[in-house]
Amino acid sequence: MTTLTIEKKNNKRKIEKNQSTSNASNKKNVFETKDLNLWYGDDHALKEINLSIPENEVTAIIGPSGCGKSTFIKTLNRMVEMVPIVKISGAIKYREKNIFQPKYRVEELRTQVGMVFQKPNPFPKSIYDNIAYGPRIHGIRNKKILDQIVEKSLRGAAIWDEVKDRLNENAYGLSGGQQQRICIARCLAIEPDVILMDEPTSALDPISTLKVEELVQELKKDYSIVIVTHNMQQAARISDKTAFFLTGEVVEFSDTDALFSNPEDKRTEDYITGRFG
Amino acid sequence: MKYVDTAQVQKRMNLRLTTNKLAKSLFFLSTMFGLIVLVVLIYRVFSQGIQWIDLQFLTGKLSTFAENAGVMGPLLGSFWLMLVVAPLTMFLGVGTAIYLEEYAKKGRIPSFIQTNIANLAGVPSIVFGLLGLTVFVKGFSLGNVVLAGGLTMSLLVLPIVVVASQESIRAVPQYLREASYGMGATKWQTVKNVVLPASLPGILTGVILSLSRAIGETAPLVVLGIPALLIPFPDSIFDKFTVMPLQIYYWTIDSALTKEYANLAAGAIVVLLMLLFLMNSIAIIIRNKYQRRL
Ligand SMILES: Nc1ncnc2c1ncn2[C@@H]1O[C@H](COP(=O)(O)OP(=O)(O)OP(=O)(O)O)[C@@H](O)[C@H]1O
Ligand SMILES: [Mg+2]
Repeated sequence: MTTLTIEKKNNKRKIEKNQSTSNASNKKNVFETKDLNLWYGDDHALKEINLSIPENEVTAIIGPSGCGKSTFIKTLNRMVEMVPIVKISGAIKYREKNIFQPKYRVEELRTQVGMVFQKPNPFPKSIYDNIAYGPRIHGIRNKKILDQIVEKSLRGAAIWDEVKDRLNENAYGLSGGQQQRICIARCLAIEPDVILMDEPTSALDPISTLKVEELVQELKKDYSIVIVTHNMQQAARISDKTAFFLTGEVVEFSDTDALFSNPEDKRTEDYITGRFG
Repeated sequence: MKYVDTAQVQKRMNLRLTTNKLAKSLFFLSTMFGLIVLVVLIYRVFSQGIQWIDLQFLTGKLSTFAENAGVMGPLLGSFWLMLVVAPLTMFLGVGTAIYLEEYAKKGRIPSFIQTNIANLAGVPSIVFGLLGLTVFVKGFSLGNVVLAGGLTMSLLVLPIVVVASQESIRAVPQYLREASYGMGATKWQTVKNVVLPASLPGILTGVILSLSRAIGETAPLVVLGIPALLIPFPDSIFDKFTVMPLQIYYWTIDSALTKEYANLAAGAIVVLLMLLFLMNSIAIIIRNKYQRRL
């Protein structure tokens, strides 16, 4: 009980710090970053980020190209560490545990925090094997269970009807939009807690984009979602909260409605009204 | 005003087109040169050697009488040699490549190793023979048996396998690795399930090419002191042996005294060449088969 109250206090303080207008009151947070800094070599890509990602909501990250959006969400599942020159300071708490603790297992984190990438990146394997990849690496061998997971995940990603008769065909034979939904399904198959999406629709046509957007709305019932997007209409349509990044800093973080209708910072206003690079 | 003078462009057009044609003929001739030499070579060897190849020649023992001699001994020797070289280079070569590409942090030591592997690929094969003689034949007291020859040959072709495997591992797109790591896979799971399947065609091609190199290589085995005697067929890796190219070498030398040996050499060359063509074809088939799936 006590820890919970402390946690809440912490939240409040952070929210004040981010000049947030939002309520955020009794929602739990999946992620909380504290004074997060990241450098690529000498290039300071993330500066003093203090953000709280709420549970079962869609949090959008917007901002001009190169402002650190991808870097930020890749830091949440520590994928950014694949770049050898990266240095990080500060803390990220996932479910109240600092993910940078020396003993923290990245493999465990990434099982809980799934990721969908900007470019669809299915494996050159069958559709079935793509979806079963995650469960298999986590040790599920039972064919019946795998079958069920595959169907559930494909249904969850709204692509079951399109591929159910060709599960053994190579996923490369699908269209870009279908491939991206396969990737979402692949991510659902490990039953994550949080789903990170880095511009999941930037390579898709309008209809596929719409499908993915609807999907995100559907998924937020069961998952917490962080989505990077270049498309402000998209952010406004599908997200509950929005963070505006600029040159590695969070300029504004609040409820999406508030941010778009009534931005507090001049720079946010310039950006969302298109008066800004 | 216009910067591009149309009249000038028209005037130069002819020259440019002629140069273009000239370049094409030049490259075509370069290709033809190699091809013609190859065809002549194969024609000469086949026309001399093919009539000597019959069942007797393929399955017979070595003999001082040319008409009774067969190549079964050296064929078996080459086979046993491959039985040592293939698994060893596959395991060590691919293992090294995986380590360097996937595990080693980029830095001074890996790039030092890298440079040395490249250098090793350029070391003359006779030097490897000397190494094998000192270390395996004498040092480990193996004697000049299949195992010693196989170890020596493995060292010789290892750099080829390492470099080919590295290249094909490097060609696996990073986004496939990211997809795997992003789902909580460990490094080994990612290597096993994503990297290796995708790079397998390149790796196999490298392995098979290195094996054909090992089958054709002669110099290091001469240094190891592989006998030209009428030894019994080898039937384990601890037996003495001889191999196809070595047999060809000795027959060619002896043809100064006994004319018929030249024909035996030609026949053996044809058999060896066919073996090599077969292996290279397998490499190509494997590559095409897997590449289409990607
Ligand atoms: N692997 C890397 N090595 C070095 N610098 C990098 C690397 N990746 C990103 N950066 C730098 O970090 C900064 C933020 O990049 P990031 O990819 O996070 O931007 P972004 O907001 O996602 O941009 P976009 O909208 O174009 O995708 C940029 O200045 C970029 O040059
Ligand atoms: Mg990006």
